[in-house]
Amino acid sequence: MRPLTPISPRLRIALGLGFFVLFFAAWAAVTLGGLVSRTFLADPITMLQDGWYLLSERGFAEDIGITVWRVVGGFVMAAVIGVPLGIAMGAYKPIEALLEPFVSFARYLPASAFIPLLILWAGIGEMQKLLVIFIGSVFQIILMVSVIVSATRKDLVEAAYTLGAGHTGVLRRVILPAAAPEIAETLRLVLGWAWTYVIVAELIGASAGIGYMIIASQALLATGQMIFGILVIGIIGLISDTAFRLANRSLFAWRFA
Amino acid sequence: MSLLEITGVTRTFPGVRGGPPVRALEPTDLSLEENDFVTILGPSGCGKSTLLRIVGGLDRPTAGTVTLDGRPVTGPGRDRGMVFQSYTLFPWLTVAENIAFGPKQRGMPAAEIREIVADYIDAVGLRGFENYWPAHLSGGMQQRCAIARALANDPRVLLLDEPFGALDNQTRMLMQELLLSVWETHRKTVIFVTHDIEEAVFMASRVVTMTARPGRIKSITPVPFGHPRDYTLKSTPEFSEIRLKLTEEIRSEAIAAAKG
Repeated sequence: MRPLTPISPRLRIALGLGFFVLFFAAWAAVTLGGLVSRTFLADPITMLQDGWYLLSERGFAEDIGITVWRVVGGFVMAAVIGVPLGIAMGAYKPIEALLEPFVSFARYLPASAFIPLLILWAGIGEMQKLLVIFIGSVFQIILMVSVIVSATRKDLVEAAYTLGAGHTGVLRRVILPAAAPEIAETLRLVLGWAWTYVIVAELIGASAGIGYMIIASQALLATGQMIFGILVIGIIGLISDTAFRLANRSLFAWRFA
Repeated sequence: MSLLEITGVTRTFPGVRGGPPVRALEPTDLSLEENDFVTILGPSGCGKSTLLRIVGGLDRPTAGTVTLDGRPVTGPGRDRGMVFQSYTLFPWLTVAENIAFGPKQRGMPAAEIREIVADYIDAVGLRGFENYWPAHLSGGMQQRCAIARALANDPRVLLLDEPFGALDNQTRMLMQELLLSVWETHRKTVIFVTHDIEEAVFMASRVVTMTARPGRIKSITPVPFGHPRDYTLKSTPEFSEIRLKLTEEIRSEAIAAAKG
């Protein structure tokens, strides 16, 4: 194959879908063919039946709704605090000097390790779930936004000064619009991570949500239900990611000009 | 008193990795009158861009002063418009919005801004491209837009740092004529930095040559041709004579620069 040569959009989609088909075919082959015990891995058909059962009989749609709500809630909290702090750190070096070491340290504190503490502080209610996602996301957002803002093209900043802009003018009219598309990309990325935090939070001390359903199904050895839950997360992730990507493309069309 | 006075301006950069400090600019004096068009010519690394950036307020002199209308320059400001060698249009703004950047910063009414933008779009021949993003423009068009953006802010002095340096030769010659015609109508005081001798002579009323690092003014050559000028000027014997004189001056500096 010739390196770095683009392929046609149709071939691209066909290959992408093809791998999904291959994956499911391999799964069906090993489970339906009896290579793997049903106790450990359900086959795709059972998985779909279990999924239908969950949705129609067990109110799984509500669990999905609760999980989505937690992800969005925690993520929005993290973005509302993290983005302005990141911008302030990237733009103003004294603020960076003040916060950067601490944020870099806090970034490595695993959100899941906070769960026992958070249960102590916030109980097992919604606030605890939101805080897990918040802690897992906010420091990442701060650092990544700060790096993006720091990397603003100096020549554009200088051009703005020679056009009569002051310090706030440069921030408002150059640094923010220049950084906005990459900040949006960062948020897209972090939203993906927020999905892993929410499931971890729901595996411990929850009474609803996708993660709760998965852990409850384990006790019943209902692998079909567990796999269905995991797939639902993947599908929602794919949808939200695509929506984010399309929104970014239309908001920052100049980037793709 | 002159419009722009550069007095004893020196710039020393701190040494890198424990090296000795680098003297980029020896004490330099230069004064510009209203409507002057001065080109600064010198080999790469002679400090000509440093001098321009100091006038623009983007760099501070180690010693010496720059005054504009008698007031000392302490930082960048809208009275000194600048066009850079790199493409510095704001990529998220259209051509028209880029040109409107300065007037908008001043809080000018929208109707007035529209008028100014339309004027300068015509002046630099970008009619029809108002709503294009910079990414859709050729290098020459981007630099024309950058010139319009600087002029739309009505600066006292226009500073150009090798604005056509990245353009191909044909585009470059067209741009020179365009800039001259804009200058002939709008009559601005201009400092134009270049390493292209023909360009320096063609554009200027005076050519300032600089020595290799540390940079210092070597000579000031008046260019006696009237306006309007067009490309045929470049093939006259008088033009060739000035070009030859400057070529010899710059050549020795380039050799010195190459030896380091």
